[in-house]
Amino acid sequence: MLTNETTLSNASLSTQERIATGAIALLLGVFMLYGVAFVHSDILHNAAHDTRHAITVPCH
Amino acid sequence: MITRVLLAAIIAGMLAGAVAGAVQIWRVSPLILAAEIYETQQDTGLAHTHGAHDGAAGQAKHDHSGSRAEWAPDDGLERSAYTLVSNLLMGVAFALILGAAVMLSGRTITVQNGALWGLAGYLVFTLAPTAGLAPELPGMSAADLTARQTWWWGTAIATAGGIALMVLQERVPLKALGVGLITLPHLIGASRLQTHDSLVPAALAAEFVANSLAMMALFWIVLGVALGWTMNRARKDIGS
Repeated sequence: MLTNETTLSNASLSTQERIATGAIALLLGVFMLYGVAFVHSDILHNAAHDTRHAITVPCH
Repeated sequence: MITRVLLAAIIAGMLAGAVAGAVQIWRVSPLILAAEIYETQQDTGLAHTHGAHDGAAGQAKHDHSGSRAEWAPDDGLERSAYTLVSNLLMGVAFALILGAAVMLSGRTITVQNGALWGLAGYLVFTLAPTAGLAPELPGMSAADLTARQTWWWGTAIATAGGIALMVLQERVPLKALGVGLITLPHLIGASRLQTHDSLVPAALAAEFVANSLAMMALFWIVLGVALGWTMNRARKDIGS
């Protein structure tokens, strides 16, 4: 049963599970973003070049 | 649970990334290609008088290094395909980060409030960093890459932390600390050059800035709403 302002997501998840899920998603997301937009490797830079410019991250 | 959330982020991210990719190929990439003509002229030197080369410069493979010849996708379909794939990956990356913010904050994201979550992402990852480091076209001179990337990450982290303090904390001093965190990177300032040596016309650069910022605004709003939708479905699956 849901009490006061507790949302469905929080009611159905333990805090620990929620934090762990958030941490894993954050790590994966930052890792992917780094690979697409920041890695200095020439091949990855050239493949993602136009995207790096368009999403306004420093590219050169 | 973890797989449900990750899957929700991946689906929303691919959707928003596809929208961003389409808009980019339509409105932004042509400006990048136009700027590369000036970049190539700059690389080959202003004293360059080889008239026949101008045509080739326009279609030149993208290569910033001049003498080194690393792989780069061919202009046209191949290059657009790589752009689309990169946008999909970028979309998933930002969706995972936004999903992480939802999870870590303990708040919920829905279709109704998704655009607000997207706006927060736009402030953190686009507007705050571009306030110090304006969107760059190829051929525009800029300071050391690693220094700018470091400032970019620092600004994104400080802005995210600042917004979290302002939104999640009740106490006024903590909210004020949030304002301070958002301001701090701009007081430090991004690494930049004293001069702007570039052959890229200012009008082209302005058009690029407007279109790239608009594209990212669209991306973040679509991402927020889409993530609200997919996370809601995941929640129902878990909750029931």
